[in-house]
Amino acid sequence: MSENKEIDAVSGTSTTGHEWDGIKELNTPLPRWWLLTFYACIIWAIGYWVVYPAWPTVSGYTTGILHYSSRANVAVDLADLEKIRGEKMVALASAPIVDIEKDPALLALARARGKAAFGDNCAPCHGTGAAGAKGFPNLNDDDWLWGGKLEQVLQTIQHGVRSGDPKAHEGAMLAFGQQGILKPAEIVTVANYVRSLSGLPTAAGYDKAAGAKIFADNCAACHGADGKGNQDLGAPNLTDKIWLYGGDEATIIETVTNGRGGVMPAWSARLDGATVKALAVYVHTLGGGQ
Amino acid sequence: MTIGETCLALIFALAVLLCIYAASQAHDAAFAFHAYVSAAASAVAVLAIFNRYFERPAALAPQEIDGRPNYNFGPIKFSSVMAMFWGIAGFLVGLIIALQLAFPVLNFDLPWIQFGRMRPLHTSAVIFAFGGNVLLATSFYVVQKTSRVRLAGDLAPWFVVLGYNFFILIAGTGYLLGVTQGKEYAEPEWYADLWLTIVWVTYLLVFLVTLIKRKQPHIYEANWFYLAMILTIAVLHLGNNPALPVSFFGSKSYVAWGGVQDAMFQWWYGHNAVGFFLTAGFLAIMYYFVPKRAERPIYSYRLSIVHFWALIFLYIWAGPHHLHYTALPDWAQTLGMTFSIMLWMPSWGGMINGLMTLSGAWDKLRTDPVLRMLVVSVAFYGMSTFEGPMMSIKVVNSLSHYTDWTIGHVHSGALGWVGFVSFGALYCLFPWLWNRRLYSLKLVNWHFWTATIGIVLYISAMWVSGILQGLMWRAYTSLGFLEYSFIETVEAMHPFYVIRAAGGALFLIGALIMAYNLWMTVRVGEASESETPRVALSPAE
Repeated sequence: MSENKEIDAVSGTSTTGHEWDGIKELNTPLPRWWLLTFYACIIWAIGYWVVYPAWPTVSGYTTGILHYSSRANVAVDLADLEKIRGEKMVALASAPIVDIEKDPALLALARARGKAAFGDNCAPCHGTGAAGAKGFPNLNDDDWLWGGKLEQVLQTIQHGVRSGDPKAHEGAMLAFGQQGILKPAEIVTVANYVRSLSGLPTAAGYDKAAGAKIFADNCAACHGADGKGNQDLGAPNLTDKIWLYGGDEATIIETVTNGRGGVMPAWSARLDGATVKALAVYVHTLGGGQ
Repeated sequence: MTIGETCLALIFALAVLLCIYAASQAHDAAFAFHAYVSAAASAVAVLAIFNRYFERPAALAPQEIDGRPNYNFGPIKFSSVMAMFWGIAGFLVGLIIALQLAFPVLNFDLPWIQFGRMRPLHTSAVIFAFGGNVLLATSFYVVQKTSRVRLAGDLAPWFVVLGYNFFILIAGTGYLLGVTQGKEYAEPEWYADLWLTIVWVTYLLVFLVTLIKRKQPHIYEANWFYLAMILTIAVLHLGNNPALPVSFFGSKSYVAWGGVQDAMFQWWYGHNAVGFFLTAGFLAIMYYFVPKRAERPIYSYRLSIVHFWALIFLYIWAGPHHLHYTALPDWAQTLGMTFSIMLWMPSWGGMINGLMTLSGAWDKLRTDPVLRMLVVSVAFYGMSTFEGPMMSIKVVNSLSHYTDWTIGHVHSGALGWVGFVSFGALYCLFPWLWNRRLYSLKLVNWHFWTATIGIVLYISAMWVSGILQGLMWRAYTSLGFLEYSFIETVEAMHPFYVIRAAGGALFLIGALIMAYNLWMTVRVGEASESETPRVALSPAE
C-alpha cells in the first residue's frame, strides 16, 4: 500500500495510500486539543466515580467518598421545605378557621398555600383564575350555590357536592321533561318565565300567567316563590343574570327537561386538613366571600 | 427457478395460508386487519417472484460486465423513493401534532388521530421510515461502490427493502388502530417485532457478504459505521423487545422485563437507537457523501479510527442519563452521566473529520447548496452532540428533564443533522442512480434556506419554552409553596408551540420543494437542465 502514498497539495499532509471509489484519506494526526479534551473528560469521569456512587459490586455498589444518595437528598430538601413552612402550617392547622382571616401572617400563609393547592386541584374545572366555566361556578363573584360564608365554603370543599361523601351536599335539579312531570310546551313556557325573572326578553306569544303557575307548582319549592333560590338546597338564584349552564331559552329548556347535577369531589379525603382550610380561606377571599 | 426463488415462493405461499388462518381466529379487529394485510402482501410476493422469474433472462445478473462491477441499483432506487415519501408523511404528521399541542381542538375527539397515537406515528415515520430507508439506500450504494462488487444476494436485497417497508406499514397502521406495546421508539407489537427481526438479519447478511467478497483490500470507514449500526440495532431490538403475547391470535403482549429493569432496558435501547441508528448510521453517510461531494480526501484516517471505536464503546453505556432522579439506582445514573461526558469528544471526532474534509474546498459552499446542506448538517451534529452531554449532567438535567428543551435537543439533531445529511445524500443519490443531472440547484438553495429557518424557529422556540417550563416548575414562593400550578405552565407554552409549528411547516415546505426537484430530476432528466454544469474543480492531490 505504501507506494500509493502521496502528499496532498492543500494541507501538505500525506495520504494513507488507500482509495475507495475516488475517496482518499489523509494521515493527519489527532488534533491535540481534541485528544487533551478527551483525556480531560475521562479524568473528570474517574474523579466523579471516586466521589459519587458509581460501580456495581457483587452485593452492592461503590458509594463514593461523599456517600451521596439521591433518596437522602430528597429527604433533606423536604426537611428544608418543612423548616420554611412547617411551624406556620402547624399554626394554620390548629387555628380555628374564623380566626385565620384576622391574623395577617396566617392569612398570607393560607392564601399562599391555597393558591398553590387551588392551581393543582381546582383549576382544571374552575379555571386558573377561578372564573369558572359552563357547569363549574365562578368563585370570584358573590353568587353562591351552597353559601359564601367561610364555614359554608369549607364544608363544600371538605365534603363536595353529590360526591358520595356522607356529608356531601345532595339534591339535584329534577329532570322535569324526562320524568314526564312537565310537557314540552309547559317547559317552553316556564323557561320564558324564568328568563322574565331577571328581566330578559321573552318569546312572542308567551303566556306569563301560565308560566307563573307552572313555576309556583313545580319550581318554587326549591328556588323560592320569588325565584331567589335556596342555598340550603343548592338551588340557584334565578333573578341575578348569573347562569351556571346558560340563560338562553334553549339551555334553560335543556336544564328543565333533563335536570342537572354537577359533581364536586370531597377534598378532605384527598388533602390534609390545613390545606383544605387554606383553600377555603383562599376561595373566601377571592372577592365574593360573605 | 433458483433455489432461492423456489424456497421464498413456497415460504410466502405458506405465509398466505397461515395469515388467513390467523385472521379467522383473531381476537381483535386490528390483529385481523394486520393478518389480512400480511396475507395479501405474501400473495403479492409470490406473484412478484414468479413474474420476475418469467421476465428475467435465464442467467442471473452477472457480477461484472467488461471487468467492471455490475452494481445492483434497483432496491436502492426503491428505498430512495420510499425515503422521500415517508419523510414527507412523517414531517406532515409532525406538523399536525405540533398544531394539536398548540390548538388541542385539532384532535377532533377522534381516537385514530389524537395526539397519543399520532406522536409515535410521527417518530416512527421520521426515524425508522424516512431515516431507515435513507440508511438502506445509502448503505447498499456505498458498500457496493467502496467494495467494487455487486450487492450480495439476488432476491435478498429486495426482500430487505420491501420487507422493511412492510414493517413500517404494519407499525404505522397499528398505532392509528391503538396497537402499541407502549415503549418509546419500540411501540410495534410482537408480530411486527418478529418480522423486523427476520428482515434485519437478512440486511446484516446482505451487507456482510457484500463486504466479505469485496474487491478492495481494506473496508472503507463508512462501512464500519454501517456495520456497527446494523449489528447493534439487531442486539438492541432483541434486548428491548422480548414479550409474551396474550394469544398468538391477538395483538396484545406483555414485555418480559418489569419495573426499573424495564425502564433501564428501554433507555439502553432508546438512547442507542439514537447512538447507532441516528448517529453511527448517518456518520457513515457523512463519511462517503461529504468527501465525494467536496472532492477532497477525508481529513484524518487516524481520527476516524479512534473516534469510531471510542464512540462505539462509550455510547452503549450512556442510556441511564434518560432516567436521572428516578427509581434507577444512583450508581447507574452516575455511569450514564459520566459516559455521556466522555462521549463528547468521540462524537466531535466525526464533526471534525466532516468539517475539516472541506479544507481546500470551502469555496464550493458558495456554489453548491447540496454540499452546504451536508456541511450544515455536520455543524448541527456538533451542536447537538455538545448539548447532549451537557443535558446529561444531573444538575442541568434536573432543569431540562421532562421539558420541551429535550424536544428542542432531539430536533436540532433530527432536523439539522439527520434530516440535512439525508437530504444532501438523496440530492447526490438520485442523479447518480438514474444517471441524470439534478433538475435545479436553485430549488436546492430554496430548500436549504426554508428548512434552515424552520429549524432555527423550531429549536429556539423549544429552548425558550423548555427552560421557561423548567424554571416555572421549580419556582417556590418565599412561604415555601409552588409558585405556579401545572396548568399555568401549560398556558405559558402556547406561543412557543405556535412558533414551533411554524418552524415545522417551513421544514415540510422545504421537503416538498425537494420532492418536486427529485421528481423532475428523474422525469425530465438531463436534457432539460438549463443551469451550467458545476465547475469541475481540479482534484486536490
